This record gives sequence, C-alpha cells and structure tokens, in this order.
Amino acid sequence: MLALGVVLLWVGVVVALPLAALAALSVADGPLGFVRAVTAPGSLAALGTTLLLSVAVALVNAVLGTVIAWVLVRDSFPGKRFADALIDIPFALPTIVASIVLLALYGPESPAGIHLNNTRAGVLVALAFVTLPFVVRSVQPVLAELELDAEEAAASLGASNWTTLRLIVWPAIRPAVISGTGLAFARAIGEFGSVALIGGNLPGVTQVTSQYIAQRIEVGDPTGAAAVSVTLLVIAFSVLATLRLLARGQRRAVA
Amino acid sequence: MITVTGATKRFGDFLALDDVSLEIPAGSLTALLGPSGSGKSTLLRAMAGLENLDGGSVVIDGVDVTHVPPRRRGIGFVFQHYAAFKHMTVRDNVAFGLTIRKRPRAAIRARVDELLELVGLAGLAERYPDELSGGQRQRMALARALAVEPSVLLLDEPFGALDATVRAELRAWLRRLHDEVHVTTVLVTHDQAEALEVADRVAVIHQGRVQQVDEPLAVYDRPANAFVMGFMGSVARVGDSLVRPHRIALRRPGGAAGVTTPPHGDGVVTVPATVERVARLGSETLVELVDEAGQRFVARLPRDEAEALGLARGDSVEASAPRDPATADFIDYSI
Amino acid sequence: MRLSLPARLGVRTVALAYLAVLVALPVGMVLQRALAPGLATFWASVTTPAAIAAFNLTLTLLAIVVPLNVILGTVTALVLVRGGSFRGKALLQAFLDLPFAVSPVVIGVALIALWGAGGWFGGLADAGVRVIFATPGMALATAFVTLPFVVREVEPVLREVGDEQEQAAATLGATGWQTFWRITLPSIRWGLTYGTLLTVARGLGEYGAVLLVSSNLPGVSQTLTLLVHARYHDVANTYGAYTAATVLMGLSLATLVATALLNRTRRHP
Repeated sequence: MLALGVVLLWVGVVVALPLAALAALSVADGPLGFVRAVTAPGSLAALGTTLLLSVAVALVNAVLGTVIAWVLVRDSFPGKRFADALIDIPFALPTIVASIVLLALYGPESPAGIHLNNTRAGVLVALAFVTLPFVVRSVQPVLAELELDAEEAAASLGASNWTTLRLIVWPAIRPAVISGTGLAFARAIGEFGSVALIGGNLPGVTQVTSQYIAQRIEVGDPTGAAAVSVTLLVIAFSVLATLRLLARGQRRAVA
Repeated sequence: MITVTGATKRFGDFLALDDVSLEIPAGSLTALLGPSGSGKSTLLRAMAGLENLDGGSVVIDGVDVTHVPPRRRGIGFVFQHYAAFKHMTVRDNVAFGLTIRKRPRAAIRARVDELLELVGLAGLAERYPDELSGGQRQRMALARALAVEPSVLLLDEPFGALDATVRAELRAWLRRLHDEVHVTTVLVTHDQAEALEVADRVAVIHQGRVQQVDEPLAVYDRPANAFVMGFMGSVARVGDSLVRPHRIALRRPGGAAGVTTPPHGDGVVTVPATVERVARLGSETLVELVDEAGQRFVARLPRDEAEALGLARGDSVEASAPRDPATADFIDYSI
Repeated sequence: MRLSLPARLGVRTVALAYLAVLVALPVGMVLQRALAPGLATFWASVTTPAAIAAFNLTLTLLAIVVPLNVILGTVTALVLVRGGSFRGKALLQAFLDLPFAVSPVVIGVALIALWGAGGWFGGLADAGVRVIFATPGMALATAFVTLPFVVREVEPVLREVGDEQEQAAATLGATGWQTFWRITLPSIRWGLTYGTLLTVARGLGEYGAVLLVSSNLPGVSQTLTLLVHARYHDVANTYGAYTAATVLMGLSLATLVATALLNRTRRHP
C-alpha cells in the first residue's frame, strides 16, 4: 500500500535512520574506541552523578508521588482541583522554562536565601520537578479504582491502618508505583533542559551525562558523544523493558 | 434477481462458504436462515461486496458484480448494529447516498421527507442517532438504504440487537414495507420463527452449504435432512421415527383417549411410555415421556387435551404419531 | 483505611507543602519577577528584534511540524488500525514509542550523525543543502520529539469507532475519499485535536535537541527556548530570561487549558 510506504518512509527518516546513524557513529573508532569513550573519566563521573541523582529522585518521587496521589484521591479540601492541576504543569512546561522557574526561587536571586545553583541539590530539585507527574498520574487512577470494601473488610477483621496499607492497599498500587518510578527514572537520566541552568554543569559534581554529551559535541568529539549516547539509550531501554516484563509477570500472577 | 454460483470463501483455515449456489428471485423476500457460524452473513456480505470471494461469482440483475466494489453494485445494506453516522442528524444520515451523488438540495429534502414518512420517523429528522431508540435507529438505517433506490436490499440480522417486543413489531413492519416497496430483499437471520413469519422463500444454510431452498412452510413440513428438520422446529423420537412433538397423541392404554382420536394403522408409530414430567405452559402442555427402552421424548399437547387426560408423573400411556417416510428415518444429530 | 484527623492533616500538609515548594511557588516567583516592573517593561522585553525573531522561528517550526504530524499521524493510525497485519508492524509500533524514551541531547547527536558533515547524508552539506545548523535540522529535531502524539491519540479512537460506518458508506455509494472526509475524519476529530494540541505543546517546548542542531545565533537561529537560555546564560539578562520564559509558560499553559476543556467536552458532548 502506498500509505504504508509513506508511513515507513516518514518514521524511517525522522526516527529510525538517525538512531541507526548514531549507533554506527558510536563505533566509528571500533569497539575499543567505544569503550574508551564511555570509560573516560569525565564520562564515568557524569554517569555516576546521573545515576545517583536519578535513583534518588525516582525514590523521592515514588514516596511523595504516592502520598500526593493518595491525598488527591482520598482526601478533600478547598482548592483540591487546583492542586490536581499543578501536577500537569511539569509535563506542559518546556524544560528550559522549568530551569528558569526553579532558579527564580532557588538560584542566586532567591528571595528566601536558598541558593541551590551549582549544587547537586539543585539538580535534584530540577529532576524532581520534571518527574513529579509520572508517579502521581500512574498511581491516581489505580487508587481511584480501588474499592473500599477490601479495606473495610480488613478493618472489621481487626487490621490496623498500617496492616491494611501493607497487605491490602500496597499490593494493589505496587505495579503502578513501580511503573511510574521506572518512567521517572528513564526520564531523569536523559534530562537536559531543566538542569542546564541550575546545575552549573560542573564536571564531576553536577554535570549529568546529557551535558557531558553536549560538551563532547562542542569540543568536536562526535564519536565520543555518540558512544555515551548509545550507553544512555541502552540504560533507558533496559529500564523500560524490565518494566514491561515486570508488568506482564504481575498480570500473569494475578490471573 | 441475484444469482450466486459456486461461491467459496475461506478465513484462514476456516471454510465459511463451500461452493454455494443460490438464486434469489426478483421482488422476493428471501431469508438466509442458519445457526451462528453457518456462513449466512458471509454469503450476504459477499453479495454486497463487503467480502471478496475466493471462488465463484455473483450476478445482480444480469450484471456480473463479482469484482465490483460495494459502492457500484446498486445495493442497500442494513447492519445488525445500525452503523449509524453518529455525527450526523437523522436527515443527513438518510440523505447521505443522495448527497454524495450531488443531487439537488430540494430533491434530496423531498425524498428524505418521503422516506421518513414511510418508515414512521417523520418528526425526528433533526435528532441525532444516539437520541433514538434501537428500533428507530434501525428504521433510519432502512430509510438510508432505500434512499438511493437500490435494486437489492440486504439485511444482516437487522433485529438481532433489539429486544423481543420491538423485534416482533419490526418484523411485521418489514413485511408490510416489502409488500409496498417490492425491492428484492435478502434477510439473514438465525431465528426460524422470523423466517417463517416474514419470508417468501427460505434458504437454510449450515456449515457453509445450502441445505434446502423452498417456501417457509415447505421447509418446515418437508425438511431435506435431519439438520433442517431440527433447526426449523423441535423434534421428538418415537420408537425409531423422528416426528414433530405436536403431532404426538397420547392415550391411556386400553382406556379413554383424549379429545382427539389418535391416529392408527399403517403409517403410524405407537410406543408405550411412562410420564416423567408434565409442564403446563399456558396454552400448551409439555409432557416429558420415557419409553421402555429408556429413550426420552417430549409431546406437546393443547391444554384442553392434556387436561382431559389428567396426566401425572408415573402414569403409563400409549404415544402415537403419524410416520412421514420422508422424514421419519433422519438420523437426529441434535443433542 | 480511615486515617485519624491528625494523620490525615499531616499527610495533606506534606503533599501540599511539596507541591507548593516544587511547583507553585517557583512558578509564582517567575511571574512576579517578570510582571513586577510593569506591563510596558514586560512588553518591551518580549518584543526586541531577537525575541520577535525567536517567536517567528518557533512558529515556523510548528508550522512545518504540526501539519506533517496531523496528516502523517492520521495515515499511520489508519495503517495500524485498518491495515491488517503486515511484516514489521511490531517494529513500527516500537519506533513510534521511542521518542518518549530518548534524551533530547541524544536526538541531537543522532541527527548530527545522520545529516552532519561526516554523516550518512553529509553529502548534502557539500552540495549546499544545509540541514544541521539550519532550519531543516531544527525541524527534524522537532519532528522527532512530536512524532508519537497524533498517532497515539487517534489510534484508540479509530479502534473504538470501528469500521462499520465506513462499510455502510461504501454500500451507499461513497468513494474512498468521500468516506474518509465525511465519515472517518469526523469520527476521529476529538482525538486528532487533542493530539495536535499535544504536538504544539511539545514542539514549542523542545530545547535540548534543537540546541545541538542549531547555530544558536540571536535573531537568526534561536527558538524561544534557546532565547531563554541565551538571555540567562550568555548575556546575563535575567529579567529578559524571565519575560521570555513567561511567554513560553503562557503558551504552554494555554495549550494545557485547551486540552483540559477538550477533555471535558469529550465526556459530555
């Protein structure tokens, strides 16, 4: 069909070919060159910073995101709709705007005297901002669907709140929390725009892998940039693939 | 007139139509009757061009349309779930075929009004399909199909999605419509009562093959094989003969008969049996019987007849029925 | 689970405090800083030649990418839903989801790998057709990140509507085109609009990929997002960065509001 051909051409030119070229470029200096580029001190430092901060942020948002989802579903108070709308803002804002926005409150001109620019804490805040919606929006619908009778039955049988949470609520929302956290992590490791200004791009301290890659391009080392890029992609894909396998496994366990 | 010759259609490994040949007389209302999976819908859709045949041909009014797409076959099609254009009003739905043929606006308006009058939806032209009941939606679908004056009208289980009362009303209404409009009509149904009530001719389809084609009552009285017999109505096995339950007469052995005199002599089969259960259904009574060989069968008696006999569980009776040599020896595969 | 009042208030406070500190207060801060000196000053800051050029470039990129996505996204959805099975369908589906998982910087590097001087299509640069460090490259970057939205919004709608209406139209005499215009398109209009809005929002917000493939010259090859960065980072025009960011925020939030309104109409048509 003509239509299929056009579609394949479009997706091919826009997505598939660039990624294929990337992969090819990454091994332009041979497999040894690839390894050398990825294990260069700057690269390793950036990867270390990235992974450390991304895991931290994923966990923070896993907990706080679940708490927020709980409050939005089970609690009621004036302004709840406004709070719910706030969750969508990180999704809707351009990443560079997120950076500016956070700098306004936590940067050099902070009215509260909190100066997080050029610190890892600043990068953490930026990553927390952009990944906030993932866990919340993943858990919210599951929590909303959860029928209260199971919890009421547990209470009538003498279970404390903590027990009910542990044995009834948590197993039900666990898949959503895991998937949301995984998506948050995958987003965090590739994040660029929001950390660009607040992080300060200090190698070994606040430079994340995406910034390292950009630097490699600037100094005229596209092959190195490609190698580290491929590494980042592999990590992201592995996380997402694991998530999908986990989801399928859990579905089978329930069935 | 539609002539289907040697139609064959496969879906993967499944043979939906197996060398089917059928003639639909012009101006008739023919029912394609059969159970689910028999191939009747596939046959109808092949006539419409909504399915492509793997072999065979379809000729409509003398023109071979086997390789002609639906839009050029001059057919009208009505779907079980209405296929209403949800984003258009009733008027625009009915007018669709005329609108795309670029007919003048005034002519379209007049024809739509005429059709809405015909199908009884006169005041509802500006409504949307989701504001109509199921029966109304189906009548709109019919009006829409008739708008372009098709030479053939094809209906795919048109009343299947409606509840029983509406179904009964629309059945009768369809027959009246056909008597007025006289378009060659083919109706797919799995309901033999519907076919008996509405159609001029019935084609019974089973496992992708035409089992029998005849007038409805002929198919009922003189079925061609056990499947047709069992599909057109319930059957009972008395002795070694297959008969219709309402033709079984009961009498107490040596004693008084019911209101009617039971048949006797050659061409009649009689077995002694014991009453297992009596179910009073209002105008009819079902009597479940078991004969000496342990074979179970059910007799249907008119209420008065059953009451005159005063049957109860455990009673011994003589069951007899006329034995039609044409059908009595069918091997009944039904459960 | 019924939480005691202190527990419930405690949880609520934690949640709302987090939201305030992370989202509400920072956004409020930017708005305050941008608008405090007065509307005239604000206006002057967002209508400098560089700002207007940035605005125009952003709109140009959208003008290229949005129609492409609307048309090709709809065709892709049609192929996926009505096209039956074909070899490579699963692969196509996977590629459609990729843009969500790839870091913007990686996208930039991939584009340079393909279209840049040493890349597979690098020959074009020698022939005088500039892709990288020119608008076509930036359009390709924007196209990459916005690829999934229209397809993923139209696909489920097409699936749900089913093709019976289209069959009915065929029996009534409609050609393929007539069926598409009068029956298929109206049936997917909500999904299509929603997908288009998402495309616009994502497109105007793209930063990382566009940064790498742009020559980043003020007034020439800076989008609004690049302008925000340049004002803060390159020329320390912090106020200018706030005002430009506010414009972008306004555009994004307008799109967000539009999608919210759309969702409400979808549920109560």
